[in-house]
Amino acid sequence: MLPYIFKRLLQAVPILLAVAALVFVMFSVIPGDFASTQSSDGRSAIDAEAVARMNTQFGLDEPVHLRFGKYAAKLLTLDLGTSFRTRQPVINSLSERIWPSLQLSMAAMLFAIAFGVPLGFLAALKPGGWVDMQSMVVAVSGLSLPQFWLGLMLMYTFALLLGWFPSFGYGDGNPRYLVLPAVALGVAPLALLARTTRAAVLEVMNADFVRTARAKGNSEVRVMRWHVARNAAVIVLTTLGLQFGSIMGGAVVIEKLFAWPGIGSLLVDSVSLRDIPVVQACILLLVLFFLIVNIVVDVLCALIDPRIKYS
Amino acid sequence: MLKTFVFTTALTLAAFTVQAQEPRRGGTIRFTAPYAASFVSNDSHVSNQIQDEIYGKALHRSLYNWDSANNKPVLELAKSVEVSADGLVHTFKLRDDALFHNGRKMVADDIIWSFTRLMDGSKSYPAARYVRLLKGAIDVEKGQAKEIVGLRKIDDFTLEMTFTERTEPGFLFNFATTSIYPAKEAQAPDFFNKPIGLGPFKFVEHIPGSRMVFERWEKFYQPGKPYADKLVISPMGEAAARDVAFRNKEIDVSILGPTQYVAYKADPNLSKGILEVAEVFTRNMGMNPGFKPFADKRVRQAINHAIDSELIIKRLVRDKAYRATGWLPLSSPAYDKAMQPYDFNPEKAKKLLAEAGYPDGFEFEWTATPNESWGMPIVEATIPMLAKVGIKVKVKPVEGSALGGIVAKGDFQAYIWSNTSGPDPLTAMKCFHSATPQSACNYTTYKNPAVDKLLDEAGTTGDAAKRLDLIKQANAIVYADAPVWFFNYNKAVLAYQPWLHGLQPNATELALQYFEDLWVDASSPAAK
Repeated sequence: MLPYIFKRLLQAVPILLAVAALVFVMFSVIPGDFASTQSSDGRSAIDAEAVARMNTQFGLDEPVHLRFGKYAAKLLTLDLGTSFRTRQPVINSLSERIWPSLQLSMAAMLFAIAFGVPLGFLAALKPGGWVDMQSMVVAVSGLSLPQFWLGLMLMYTFALLLGWFPSFGYGDGNPRYLVLPAVALGVAPLALLARTTRAAVLEVMNADFVRTARAKGNSEVRVMRWHVARNAAVIVLTTLGLQFGSIMGGAVVIEKLFAWPGIGSLLVDSVSLRDIPVVQACILLLVLFFLIVNIVVDVLCALIDPRIKYS
Repeated sequence: MLKTFVFTTALTLAAFTVQAQEPRRGGTIRFTAPYAASFVSNDSHVSNQIQDEIYGKALHRSLYNWDSANNKPVLELAKSVEVSADGLVHTFKLRDDALFHNGRKMVADDIIWSFTRLMDGSKSYPAARYVRLLKGAIDVEKGQAKEIVGLRKIDDFTLEMTFTERTEPGFLFNFATTSIYPAKEAQAPDFFNKPIGLGPFKFVEHIPGSRMVFERWEKFYQPGKPYADKLVISPMGEAAARDVAFRNKEIDVSILGPTQYVAYKADPNLSKGILEVAEVFTRNMGMNPGFKPFADKRVRQAINHAIDSELIIKRLVRDKAYRATGWLPLSSPAYDKAMQPYDFNPEKAKKLLAEAGYPDGFEFEWTATPNESWGMPIVEATIPMLAKVGIKVKVKPVEGSALGGIVAKGDFQAYIWSNTSGPDPLTAMKCFHSATPQSACNYTTYKNPAVDKLLDEAGTTGDAAKRLDLIKQANAIVYADAPVWFFNYNKAVLAYQPWLHGLQPNATELALQYFEDLWVDASSPAAK
């Protein structure tokens, strides 16, 4: 297993470099640069000399391929560069934001797992039944509701009308602040997990080995626990890993809406200010996180299902 | 429109008369910074975003400050200033009671160090453009000198500044980007983790993207101020989220957009806490004379006549604006009350177009951002109006942060934007001086020798009244030449909770408040 994990981690390096190159090229071709964003509010005109000075300072007056070469070389030494806007190392900005982002994404995922998996499991036990119908409603709603709108509705309902939770902010570590953004972020994965779990459980329940287990006189609880749940878990876990991608993507919107101090809101601000080193670092971090989660999922799948062998 | 302004001012004054009660000490002010998801940095010198200036007013002080009541800059860190006959040398008697948050007295060296830092050419600090007017500042910027010769310390509390041209330093040095830092302490590597300044509040913590927390600086030089024990500023770029938080009484102020303005005005409770001010921003459509039809003044005037600006302000901007009657806005000291707006007159527009050689009109490309008050929705409303006089519009949508670069490079036929038009009327009008490059702020490459002459004269005269008169004349010529479609001046609106007192109608930017003057009464949820 260890060589496999090592190999997967090594495979992540070219993926990260490819993503870095893609982001770099994208930000080189779209209109606007850091210097011009300084006057984009129409308030502070900035003269050509200042623009030139800024571009020289940040190396933006060099050809794209040269800039990328320098950037890639730094990246290989784990140097993420310097933020244009704060003039501080990018790692400082990231380190301030990682923990709140992890808190939010983990809470959203826990919410999705805690409600999505049981809902899907119960729906599969009686296809076409009341629970199944309800799970379908949850799934369709959860997947189709825009997160921004959902977040606002949660704010209106649970902060303004009911007064149960604060509507925004990070608080002083009080988990009440985490609830609404985590729910807003977790509803879509919850819906998908519910549908995936339902489909997986239904598929396994019709498998030959389940019929055999029942024929051998195993109790229904034992069949469900040791045969159905365990085999369906592999499919659910794989979906779970992929859902981290959508969680991280959704966090960009939700963090901004709820004034949550994570990587998402940093990314939004950095994009609008064309603070390219920070944008690149944020995206790379999100990709790295996604890759690591999926390696962990693969390892967990192998532990659950002995038929899965990694070499 | 003028009546509306007078009425609004009267309402504001009435509101402040009601508020004129004994300030209460204690409690927490829960302020919002409404222009982005986070502050740029703990270093006020690196950012010229309004967002950062909001916290800068709590933590720092500059040589000057903005007097919102009288709409002019006033001395802040100096008690008096003497100006030489030629207007170039300013000698400041500095405050001897201004203490940094570590208890050390501010001295002239701190100002010299701060301004010298701003001229570090390798760092491109945005405020370098203000300091550059000091004699020798450019040499420091270019690395040819280590000291700005135009800054001379006479003693710890006397500082002499020599400028290269006649200027009013109050307009240059009242921003947070020109904050005075403690010279020695600011050079410590971890200074910006917990910055100290001269402002009324001490830094406690910054959770980027969530809040910045401050506590009262007991030794602030204004006796008895600040009133509040604590100040929490939360960056909240989303208007809808801010609306919920405000209605939920979690924040004390909120800047309103046009839609919220209508909703708040209609609400019997919320309408009691609305502060309005005519800000120093002019919304306009700039026309590039490099695009042939726009080279003709009659075409530009025709556009001003063809668009029913009043209707757009009423219906789309929801009356959250004042009709523009020139470049300089209502709150500018050089605003000319006698100026009348271009009347909505499609027939006159057609006639002007025919005279200019475009009887069948023409088509142009209009660069616009999604901004609701001066972007795509406004452009869409003008399209049928312009079509009636034969002018077709092809819209070129761009992202907000890209607009500045596109316009500064002249890569447009027309654009729509909101540009600063104050508080210094001369600086605002200099954007129409032919010597001002397009990349600075002469975006329409405007050129008129008569305007140049008036502005040059205004820049050299020592007679303040004469200066204003010359600027008014220049403004009138620019208005007649119509390099832009004069759309409106921004009416900024701030909603505040009934327990918050001491707000000021700051025309330079309503979100900039003086936290030392704010106080909360016992009815605030954060009164303790």
